[in-house]
Amino acid sequence: MVKGQRFRDHRVVGEIIELARRYRDAGADELVFYDISASPEGRTVDCAWVSRVAEVLDIPFCVAGGVRSVGDAEGILAAGAEKISVNSPALERPDLIDELARRFGAQCVVVGVDSQTTPTGFHVCQYTGDPTRARDAGRSTLDWVREVQDRGAGEIVLNCMAADGVRAGYDIGQLCAVRAQCRVPLVASGGAGTPEHFVAAFTQGGVDAALAASVFHSGQIAIGALKQYLQSRGIEVRP
Amino acid sequence: MSAVEVVVIDNGGANLASLRYALDRLGARSLVSADPATVAAAPRVLLPGVGAAADGMARLRAAGLIDCIQNLHQPLLGICLGMQLLYTHSEEGDTAGLGLLPGSVRRMPSAQGQPVPHMGWNTCQQLRENPLLAGLQEDEHFYFAHSYAAPVAEHTAAATTYGPLISAVVQRENFHGVQFHPERSAGAGARVLQNFLDL
Repeated sequence: MVKGQRFRDHRVVGEIIELARRYRDAGADELVFYDISASPEGRTVDCAWVSRVAEVLDIPFCVAGGVRSVGDAEGILAAGAEKISVNSPALERPDLIDELARRFGAQCVVVGVDSQTTPTGFHVCQYTGDPTRARDAGRSTLDWVREVQDRGAGEIVLNCMAADGVRAGYDIGQLCAVRAQCRVPLVASGGAGTPEHFVAAFTQGGVDAALAASVFHSGQIAIGALKQYLQSRGIEVRP
Repeated sequence: MSAVEVVVIDNGGANLASLRYALDRLGARSLVSADPATVAAAPRVLLPGVGAAADGMARLRAAGLIDCIQNLHQPLLGICLGMQLLYTHSEEGDTAGLGLLPGSVRRMPSAQGQPVPHMGWNTCQQLRENPLLAGLQEDEHFYFAHSYAAPVAEHTAAATTYGPLISAVVQRENFHGVQFHPERSAGAGARVLQNFLDL
C-alpha cells in the first residue's frame, strides 16, 4: 500500500513511481494506492500519475480515493489501474457499488471498510483520511459487508482501525467475524508488525490476502523474506 | 507508420491501457482499433476484455467485428473475457459467443476457502504442448480476476485449480486464449505475450 495525501505534487509523483518500481522488483503481488485526502476534500484521484504507474508496473494495482461515479472510475481504469476501491463515497451513496459493478464487473470493484470495535459491536467509520472529519458512519460492519457484496463488490479490504499503524497484529477476531459473512475475496489491513502477524491473518483470519504499509515502507519487513517465511509455514505464495 | 506487430481490438474494456503498456515494455508496435479492415490486415490480433460478456459481444457486433474475427487466419489471443468470448456460449447474461471454441463458459461456484471472483495469483498445469507456454515452468504464477470460467475440455492446453480444474490456456488452430492477465502477471506474463508475438 502506498498512502499519500499530496499525490498531485510532482515531486511526490516521482517518489510514487520509484516506490512502485521498488515494490515491483521486491516481489509484491499487488499495490494499492490510497489518495487518502481525496474524499474528505471532495475531489477525485488525478489520472496522470495512474498512467505513469501503469507504465512501470507489471503486477495488478488498485486505486482508492474519492471515486464518486462511473465516470471517475472509468478515467482511473482507462489509465491502467486494475481495480478501483471505494469507501466513503459508497457510504454516502451505496448505489455507486451497483453502478460500478454493472459497468466494469465485480472484479474491478473493491470496497474498503474502515471498522472499529465499539461496545455495541463492529462499526464502520467514514472520512478516515481526515482526522477532523472522521466519524462513525452509523452502520454495523457486518451488515455493511453483506450489503456491499449483494450490490456487487468483488473484494473487500477490511481495515481494522484500532490496529492500524500500531504494528501489534491484525485484528484476528474481527477478521474471522467478517470472513464468516464474506463470499468474495477478503483482504486484511491494519496492524501488521511481524511476519507472524501475516501468518495469523491467513491461518486464523482465513483471509485471501494481507495488506500492509508501514512495515514495508520502513524496511522493517522485506517482501522476499516474508514470502519465504510464509511458504515455510505452509502458506502458498508466489515466490 | 512503421510496421504494426499486433492490433489490439478496442472493445471498450478497461484493460486496454495496461495491455498496451505491457506491449510497449516488450518493444512491440501495437495499434488499438475497432475497424474490421485494420483488424483483418493485422499480423496478430489481441482481443482483451473486462466487463460483462453481453456488453463485450454487443460492442463487437456494433463495430462489425463478428465475421471479421471468425474469419481470421492470423494468430489471435483472447485475454480473460476475450478468451471467454471465443466460446459458443456464456452463462453470463445467457450470451452467444463467437463460436470459435465449442462449449459454454460457466459461473464459478463460491465455496468455503474459494471466494468468487477468483482474484489473485495461481499456477497453471500444462495439459498439452502449447507455444504460449514455451520456456515457462509449472510453478510460474499468473494473475487471475474472473467470476466465470471455461471447463477443461478438448481445447484446453493448461488448467488451473480453483475448486475444480478450469481452463487457463486454450487453443484451437490460430485462436488462442488465456484466462489470466498476462499484462499483469509480471515476468511470466511478459513471456506469454512475447511467445504470442513470436508466433
